[in-house]
Amino acid sequence: MFILNAPVEKSIELENKIYLLQVRCPEITSDVRPGQFLNVRVSESMYPLLRRPFSVCDVDDEHLYLMFNILGEGTKILARKHKDETIDIIGPLGNGFNLEGEFDTAVIVAGGLGAAPFPFFTRMIKDHKKILTFIGGRSHKDIITYGMQNISIATEDGSLGLKGNVIHLLQQNLEQLKSNRIKIFSCGPTGMLRALKDFTIKNNFDCEVSTECAMACGFGICQGCPIESTEHPDKYHLVCKDGPVFNVKDVLL
Amino acid sequence: MSKVDLSVQVGPLKFRNPIMLASGTVGYGNEIAEFTDLNKIGGIVTKSLSLKPRKGNPPQRIVETPSGMLNAIGLANVGVEQFLKEKIPFLKKYDVPLICNIAASTVEEYVECTRILTQEDSITAFEINVSCPNVKEGGLQFGNDVAAVAKITEKVKSVSTKPIIIKLSPNVSYISGFAKAVKESGGDAVSAINTLVGTSFNIFTKKPKIHNVNGGLSGPAIKPVALAKVLEIRKEVDIPIIGIGGIMDWKDVIEFMIVGASAIQLGTLNFINPSAAGQILTELENYCNNFGITKLSDVTGSYII
Repeated sequence: MFILNAPVEKSIELENKIYLLQVRCPEITSDVRPGQFLNVRVSESMYPLLRRPFSVCDVDDEHLYLMFNILGEGTKILARKHKDETIDIIGPLGNGFNLEGEFDTAVIVAGGLGAAPFPFFTRMIKDHKKILTFIGGRSHKDIITYGMQNISIATEDGSLGLKGNVIHLLQQNLEQLKSNRIKIFSCGPTGMLRALKDFTIKNNFDCEVSTECAMACGFGICQGCPIESTEHPDKYHLVCKDGPVFNVKDVLL
Repeated sequence: MSKVDLSVQVGPLKFRNPIMLASGTVGYGNEIAEFTDLNKIGGIVTKSLSLKPRKGNPPQRIVETPSGMLNAIGLANVGVEQFLKEKIPFLKKYDVPLICNIAASTVEEYVECTRILTQEDSITAFEINVSCPNVKEGGLQFGNDVAAVAKITEKVKSVSTKPIIIKLSPNVSYISGFAKAVKESGGDAVSAINTLVGTSFNIFTKKPKIHNVNGGLSGPAIKPVALAKVLEIRKEVDIPIIGIGGIMDWKDVIEFMIVGASAIQLGTLNFINPSAAGQILTELENYCNNFGITKLSDVTGSYII
């Protein structure tokens, strides 16, 4: 785990208000795994005060890539970063996706900006496993396909792909899913993950989900990010330290 | 460059420097040890311990506010027994004064926790949390009641030979009255302040942003309040004070010492910069050298009004 100042190399707008930030950070690139995250201080001033957690979107030899959309002041500041400005990073944090195991097809299920960890994931796994990617959003504006392959899309307003949600899309492809030895990897809104949990349990699919919760430190000292454990109802898991990736059966969503 | 004496005395406690890490912001030390050398800091105050393990409050527990944060963790902790079995062995490896913070729902629970923990040699002192705003029982009910604070101090003191520090609530009109009660009941020091009660609502859903509705406000937003409370205690009561509240850098440390703190605790800063304690120590040494201060503790209470 490192705490360091990483120079920004570029910030590009991928889609409307969705940005990809490239930072030079060779200390972390060799350590990080898909599904892990960074806790980023966007400003040296007291505003905004807290760090912001971001999934690692992609990695090359020397660079980390973060994908985000502008939601508030923190991400607005981040999007405006120029080349050679620095951001203060703690990472890599948390537990990533478990890419080992007896599956031959990785099924990615992403909702909106839940697509963020999957370009890295796709690059790491595409030479060893078949990949099927299912992406959902409210409309075509919410669909992010950057860095992914074999993509099927659902939008709730029908503006792109199937009219419906991503679970409808999975349902429509159930035969194909059942004909492969699959493992599902997902990130997206909690409502989507909850529906996915029901779907995977009903169909007996192995599934890992990347969860979200407001947090301050990102490494276990603030205890700000609890998530209910199915195995230990008397205590919470912490999203930052015990997750953010969990087997879907291990947590109450 | 001359050697600066950074050591400070807090009642019967001697620390190699005034920088301590506040309860609830360092867990049980293991995570922050990756960023800060615990062998160099003045002391570490562990997460509030209760007699039995506490699950804590449901999410959302944390929300950012202007220059601060609200938390309602709800005293999630492993309980005294597990602390002694699983957490103490790690902390024992370090040469750092270990102060155990204790929280409870009844006077008897405070006493029982202290009685059990006092038998552990590696614990240097206790900080009694009579002021947590985030639990339904105990917490602020005690912190707002002078007689209750006096009773807890006296009872806890009677079962331990170790120094007792009472962590005071700022959510009172006159904090010095509480500090006076602590002194008269045998307490060795006070730490001031705990978090301020605050809340935050979502303007679109009209719902509170944290599940508990109210939370404890910390961070730089509360520093002026904390300074005023420390100054009030310093002027009214002859008792050592550990200053807490929005300390973000070495300048804040000096400011707290000027108004009367003998030592300080870093809290919210640990979340933002877990390496801060070490950096502040270097900067404090530079400050002393630049201003010809040979003994940092001389700064305590040096205010001019």
